[in-house]
Amino acid sequence: MKPQFGHRRLRPKDAKNTLIRLFSYFRFNKVLFFGGIFFIIASSFLEVAANGMLSPIIDTIVKGESTAQVIRYILIMGAIVISISIFQYLGNLFMARLAQGTVHRIREEMFSHMQKLPISYFDKQTHGDLMSTFTNDVDMLNQSLEQSVSQIIVAVITVVGSFTMMFILSPVLTFVVVLMLGVMFTAIKYVGQKSAQNFRFQQAALADMNGYIEEMMSGQKVVKVFNYEDKAIDRFLEKNEQLRRASTQASTYGVMLMPIMGNLSYVLYALTSMLGAFLVMKNAMTVGNIASFLQYTRSISRPITMVSNQLNTLFAALAGAERIFEFLDEEVETDEGDVCLVREGEGAPYWKVPKENGEYEKVPLRGFITFKNVNFGYESGRRVLNNINLYAKPGQKIAFVGSTGAGKTTITNLINRFYEINEGTILFDGIDIKRIKKQDLRSTMSIVLQDVHLFEGTIADNIRYGRLDATDEEVVEAAKLANAHYFIKNLPNGYDTMLTIDGQNLSQGERQLLSIARAAIADPTILILDEATSSVDTRTEKLIAEGMDKLMEGRTTFVIAHRLSTVRDADAIMVLEQGEIIERGDHEALMKQKGRYYALNTGALELQ
Amino acid sequence: MRTLLPYMRKYIVYAVLCPLFMILEALADIFIPYLMSRIVDVGIANQDIEYIVKVGLIMVGAALLAMFFGVVSAHFGARAGFGFAAEIRQQAFEKVQSFSFANLDQFTVPSLITRLTNDCNTIGQVTMMSLRMAVRAPFLMLFALIMAFNMNAELARVFMVAVPLTAAIIGAVLPKARPLFQKLQTRVDRVNAVIQENLIGIRVVKSFNRQHHEEKRFKERNDALKNTALYAISLVISIMPMLNLIVYSTIIAVLWFGGKQVSAGTMGSGELISFITYITQVLISLMMMSFFFMQLLRGSASAARIIELLNTEPEIKEPKQPVKELKDGSVSFEHVSFSYPGSREKTLKDITVHIKSGEIVGIIGSTGSSKTTLVQLIPRLYDVTEGSVKVGGVDVREYDIRALRDQVAFVLQKNTLFSGTIRENMLWGNENATDEQIIKALKQAQAWEFVSKYEDGLDHRVEQGGDNFSGGQKQRLTIARALLKSPKIIILDDSTSAVDMATDAKIQRVFKSELKDITTIIIAQRIASIQHADKIIVMHEGKIESIGDHATLIKASPIYREIYESQQKGVGMDCIIEEIE
Repeated sequence: MKPQFGHRRLRPKDAKNTLIRLFSYFRFNKVLFFGGIFFIIASSFLEVAANGMLSPIIDTIVKGESTAQVIRYILIMGAIVISISIFQYLGNLFMARLAQGTVHRIREEMFSHMQKLPISYFDKQTHGDLMSTFTNDVDMLNQSLEQSVSQIIVAVITVVGSFTMMFILSPVLTFVVVLMLGVMFTAIKYVGQKSAQNFRFQQAALADMNGYIEEMMSGQKVVKVFNYEDKAIDRFLEKNEQLRRASTQASTYGVMLMPIMGNLSYVLYALTSMLGAFLVMKNAMTVGNIASFLQYTRSISRPITMVSNQLNTLFAALAGAERIFEFLDEEVETDEGDVCLVREGEGAPYWKVPKENGEYEKVPLRGFITFKNVNFGYESGRRVLNNINLYAKPGQKIAFVGSTGAGKTTITNLINRFYEINEGTILFDGIDIKRIKKQDLRSTMSIVLQDVHLFEGTIADNIRYGRLDATDEEVVEAAKLANAHYFIKNLPNGYDTMLTIDGQNLSQGERQLLSIARAAIADPTILILDEATSSVDTRTEKLIAEGMDKLMEGRTTFVIAHRLSTVRDADAIMVLEQGEIIERGDHEALMKQKGRYYALNTGALELQ
Repeated sequence: MRTLLPYMRKYIVYAVLCPLFMILEALADIFIPYLMSRIVDVGIANQDIEYIVKVGLIMVGAALLAMFFGVVSAHFGARAGFGFAAEIRQQAFEKVQSFSFANLDQFTVPSLITRLTNDCNTIGQVTMMSLRMAVRAPFLMLFALIMAFNMNAELARVFMVAVPLTAAIIGAVLPKARPLFQKLQTRVDRVNAVIQENLIGIRVVKSFNRQHHEEKRFKERNDALKNTALYAISLVISIMPMLNLIVYSTIIAVLWFGGKQVSAGTMGSGELISFITYITQVLISLMMMSFFFMQLLRGSASAARIIELLNTEPEIKEPKQPVKELKDGSVSFEHVSFSYPGSREKTLKDITVHIKSGEIVGIIGSTGSSKTTLVQLIPRLYDVTEGSVKVGGVDVREYDIRALRDQVAFVLQKNTLFSGTIRENMLWGNENATDEQIIKALKQAQAWEFVSKYEDGLDHRVEQGGDNFSGGQKQRLTIARALLKSPKIIILDDSTSAVDMATDAKIQRVFKSELKDITTIIIAQRIASIQHADKIIVMHEGKIESIGDHATLIKASPIYREIYESQQKGVGMDCIIEEIE
């Protein structure tokens, strides 16, 4: 896993289009969107009005006019105040619902998009990166939608509204306000630049630290065995000090804006009081005017501070949204197949192949695989498989041997169309697999991989993953077939034992047995075993082999193994080297040939 | 949080100065509205321009001073917060370094990483916020109250209603919010767990056509997350409008009661205005305060995770008078039983075996027969439950742990190389090793053959985890690294499984000849790797099934014979060794 930060960009490449696309999500919740905006605008306006009400109230009091007038004003203000609270609550509630709804939808879109992406996409991305897009980026977006949208609206309305009111109250004092706002924005610009710069330094230090911690924690047992603890601590201390400095610096600038802006608004407050006093003496203003004006000077700086304080986070959130959209724009696996598999009641399943004249041909499902002049490369220009020709008759066992990178796994990945071949054809019961619907094609195959992946849930759930409607008896039967029944029975809760993520509470061998049971229950026509027994000791392997023999009966099987003892009884063994089949035949024949297979078998060559 | 406080010691000055300056800022801020009231009530009333200018300038001065205090406080807060975080991270890192294997098994690697990275950063941020906000709001409120009472005690009584009411609202909402946010976090975790599973197991999902099944599973969790989030949020967003309502109601009350006083001439209108400013100030700090509480919730979850880590006691303790030197490389297990912490079942049952110094011993047995568990007791990676393990005639629990592990080299089954160069990785074995010594060890481990082919030789880059080497190459490098320790005992836990047989045979020969003084213990799957050992231990379900050399075991041990037969091939290992010789 690579460090999660640092190389991830903190600013969007194309902010405008990202924003437009983000806003397009609001169309699903028009009521919430427009309602939320309406309530927020209304409450901000009313807040401006409430502060404005101070002026007539105080003036009425100062002039000593009728109490009835004061009561009237105060009642109006009371009404405004109550409305503010209600609107504010509704506005925030609508916005929060909008944000949650949008993020919920985006998360769902991302997940189902992930299910549709071709395997090749996952080869190009690290898990850490994808995980970070799914969690950190979505999280940031959530927070920003929840708070920033309404804060920006509040800021705009408050600033514009207050400014207008100030201008009405006293154009002369407003001139002073404009001057001070100039000073404020200069401060924001200066501090903001410094803050952004230091934010980047901090992210770099953080990435460095995280990388180091990741490595040391993953290799902690080695550290102990080598008494390396002190040296690990020394290097850690260096990085820790660097991070401390960078974080202190970045946060200082990040937080500084609050006291600066807050107190600049007090300077404005002071200037207003002073100049306001002169104006009152010249009868150009009333005391009530000053009271309102002073409230405005206080309320104008806070939203500006809040928004500018969040600018870095906002940009980072937009950059995250951009990554989310980039992910959603990744091209999905296409399926242009027109041949379906039909499983009708008791009858044998068959392929329904449409003919040119609109009729259908029924081809029985048998499991005959043919490769004709197949060429393939993961990236264009770099060929991994070269002119592969082979066939597997129904029920036959075909084995692939060869060194790492020879292309063994690649061949099996082509049969189920995890990857698309560049040239040539692969036929399944005589039908080009490109014509078969992927779902149907894959439903005829089970793969057992070297790296076993299990899912959170019970043991029974995990076996049933191969066929969701399997009965409990069938689950037990499959487990028995894979020789997994014995160890499952000995677990505290038997088949109901909960597995943690990826079955980490089981041993490697036990997990492998489970994955074999999972493949068995699917009752596949074609079985692909990719180093399926490599992490099991030879004794257990023998036990599995017995089950496997039963499992393989009547199924076309492709076996990849680095332990040669497991491939000896194959109907045909293909020796692959640099993407080509260099030897083929059964064990006897190949041993006689005294070629590569012989060398591998006698141990003169390294296999892994 | 209290458990963590001692780690603030180094930065205590900043932790004290930050709130102190914050208080000074609040004090200056509180002073300003009062000055304003003087301008209105004295300056305007007396038409005294000089007075107005004088007081106005004092106000500007106070604001600038407050700004200075605020900025300084921000800086000190950052210093204290991130210094504190760094200190905690260091403690946590050092703690992990002191952990035994049993402790490590308790925490997963990703959870350790999160604790040391995200959790520490959160603590830093929250501390910084706390030092500022937690102090500012109460003090501002206190000062405002004092000023208000000083100016007009009668009018200030409105605060007596407003303040307890505010406290009641915050007090009612926050205790409810806390468990909700914890629930929210578990919901988030559950969503992330499905994503993680699917990212890792995408091939399984696709090959079984389980996309819809997974989408359904995800949808359930995603919906649950949304609902909990909405519930939690609607609770939190109710605070602000309520506070707003209280503040404006207070303003109205002040206008009403104060207005009467102004009309009666017992109060200046300037005072009335400054009262209003005080109320606004208190509102803003209250908002900050509720924001601070939310931060605290976030921080307390992180703190709890860190504390759990810091409170974990290393399972293995150093003896009082440690033995520093191993007399020789003999190992004996005497009636050893062992069970992993938290497990009732005995993984090893009554093991007794004696290994002489310099012997080569093979251990074989099926998966789960506790071979690894057995050898891990020798360098005291775990402590026995019953019986004793003696190395060089002395119980391992009496040795200085570092000395013991220095002289017992252990090549782990799941081994790691670290990012850096080959040389840097080799220096783990012996930091003072010369290039000649490194090359010698590489040659002994049959690794020099490929290392010498690199143009940059020992300076060749090793990527994180050693991912740029094949399995067999990695294993040979880790053996070389262990040999550089010049140990008295070396343990190879399935360390040549990916090495081809011929090279494996060469490595075995090195142990038999050049390194014959070192006690060598080899766990292997392949019979060929241990066939020529002086002694072979056959393990079965946590017990020793039989001990003997190859020839004896073929006859005496049914398990050994079974393994042997399952691995028999057209050509035996013997002829290869002969070929090499």
